[in-house]
Amino acid sequence: MSIIVGKDTRVLVQGITGSAGGFHAKQCMQYGTQVVAGVTPGRGGEKFESSVPVFDTVRDAVRHTGANASLIFVPPPGAADAILEAFDAGLELVVCITEGIPVMDMLKVRRVLETLTGKTRLIGPNCPGIITPGACKMGIMPGHIHKPGNIGVVSKSGTLTYEAVGQLTALGIGQSTCIGIGGDPVAGMDFIDVLDLFNKDPDTHGVIMIGEIGGGAEERGAEWIKANMKKPVAAFIAGTTAPPGKRMGHAGAIISGGQGTAAAKIAALEAAGCKVAPTPSDMATTLRSMM
Amino acid sequence: MKIHEYQGKQIFAKYGVPIPLGYPAFTVDEAEAMATRLATETGSPVVVVKAQIHAGGRGKGGGVKVAKGGAAEARVLADKILGMQLVTHQTGPAGQKVGRLYIEQGLDMLKEFYLGAVVDRDRRCVAFMASTEGGVDIEKVAEETPEKIITVHVDPITGLMPFQARQLAYALGLHTYSKETVGKFVKLMSALYEVMVKEDCSLVEINPLVVLKNGDVMALDAKVNFDDNAEFRHKAAWAAVFDKDEEDPVELEAKEVGLNYVSLDGNVGCLVNGAGLAMATMDIIKHAGEAHGVTPANFLDVGGGANQEQVTKAFSMILKSDKVKAIFVNIFGGIMKCDVVATGVVAAAKNLGLTVPVIVRLEGTNVELGKQILKDSGLAIIPADSMSDAAAKVVAAVTGGAK
Repeated sequence: MSIIVGKDTRVLVQGITGSAGGFHAKQCMQYGTQVVAGVTPGRGGEKFESSVPVFDTVRDAVRHTGANASLIFVPPPGAADAILEAFDAGLELVVCITEGIPVMDMLKVRRVLETLTGKTRLIGPNCPGIITPGACKMGIMPGHIHKPGNIGVVSKSGTLTYEAVGQLTALGIGQSTCIGIGGDPVAGMDFIDVLDLFNKDPDTHGVIMIGEIGGGAEERGAEWIKANMKKPVAAFIAGTTAPPGKRMGHAGAIISGGQGTAAAKIAALEAAGCKVAPTPSDMATTLRSMM
Repeated sequence: MKIHEYQGKQIFAKYGVPIPLGYPAFTVDEAEAMATRLATETGSPVVVVKAQIHAGGRGKGGGVKVAKGGAAEARVLADKILGMQLVTHQTGPAGQKVGRLYIEQGLDMLKEFYLGAVVDRDRRCVAFMASTEGGVDIEKVAEETPEKIITVHVDPITGLMPFQARQLAYALGLHTYSKETVGKFVKLMSALYEVMVKEDCSLVEINPLVVLKNGDVMALDAKVNFDDNAEFRHKAAWAAVFDKDEEDPVELEAKEVGLNYVSLDGNVGCLVNGAGLAMATMDIIKHAGEAHGVTPANFLDVGGGANQEQVTKAFSMILKSDKVKAIFVNIFGGIMKCDVVATGVVAAAKNLGLTVPVIVRLEGTNVELGKQILKDSGLAIIPADSMSDAAAKVVAAVTGGAK
């Protein structure tokens, strides 16, 4: 009852010997995720937490451990290289947590990714990652607020995802899988990619979709929902009060030239049959009212 | 990050994008001296005195003037423009103080065009846009006559190909000026693509791009924005072109301590972890309070791992605005533990002698511990259970409905 990750996901962590990588690798392991390898060039042969073998290259790690997914914490100067190395090793899933990757680097990554359609998925960068509650946590989200169940969550924002999950769990509603796609202008999976998987997953019965100002991913998602989505979608768009021309934290969260406003996104989603929560406090109750 | 026209032109020159002769000036004396120098170098007394601020629309606002009578006239114009509060459609009503000038040679031009490059986030590539409607507000052209804007998309693997530049050149009718004009434009555009990629720009714009009487093409203006994420590749170069006088002083201070801050006009200070939640916090304040005149004073994301020092700093920045009548602390602790935030809030409240009500909503990791710390502090902190509960309490606190 999930998409993309589950009990069988075998995770390697790129940047496992760094402070963020090490901390979160340990948290993922405590949640029950199978962390089978770490990769840090120059640290091959070491053991992380005296149990997880560390390799110099992703190819080595895959060959020796059968890892099929990578979780990346490599800092911005080496992050695009790390993503491309994970692609090169043929991994099915690459989740990049790193915030602050230059957009010129991501244009190249994205171009390579497009040649791997059907083979490799990229989630992020600048995202909290992905979790299938009770089965696999690949990211930095607090595991304990989640509960296994049948609602999918897809979001550009980390803390707003936690907010939505917290509300669902408080109402006794569990989640199938929760995915943060990140707030960068150029990234991997977008709303449509994730909604398509939720639509096909028999154990996902409804979806919360959280967008924000900037770009046109929410509008494209709305078009797709109108044409294809068979399950209820409740949405929230952050940034109704954001002034134009100012970057609101996320690199991609900016209204420029009158494009990317919250009002336009809300209108598109409502026209597609979604219910848009009037405030961020009402995300779970809005979805419940549709079920 | 934005830079000035003259700085953009210095980068253009390095990559071979043709620009007119010109020199920056920081005083009226310098402006006169540079005008004299240009007259000697070009053999023509005509110079243009241009205000250097980051906002567009400088000409319409009175920040760009032609001196036909040489250096003495340039001096008079420089004296008027330097130090003026220049108001354009991009500065807001307060305008921006002019602290620098650019003195440039005057040119005989035949026609003005527009040429710009941006990162097209929906197509995931660099897109070039060109138009025969140069020298005017391009956003207006895009809105009113979108058919007058021609676009090409660049594959990041091949880079800009000459045929793409030729497509734009012929569409703009550049072949009608001289035999060489198309070739010169192709060279200019290829150089501009190099600027975009190698200097990590999010936007490069030439408005206007001009064709001269001799058939040459030239960048008469330069707008260059850098991708902040790439700062680590250009540390020294970007520090050298950074003009702090163009920045909001509070936002600048926040940046220095690693906080994301945007000043707004309202009366409720916000301290939040996470960019999305920070935006949503502003939204819910306005949703609950707009009818009562209660609106957010700022966007503030303290990030995932803020320490006590940063929380204190965040409070002191919020309190710099005397409009602030209440503070809304909204934390969903993931990596960030609620007890750490609570300790920071208590310490900041004590150190700064807070006089405005503070409404705190904590959720997530160690929430019970955090709530206890707030309760035991003896401070008049108003706890809230959810975002909507907190927003209601914020409105009540500002309008005097609760203590």
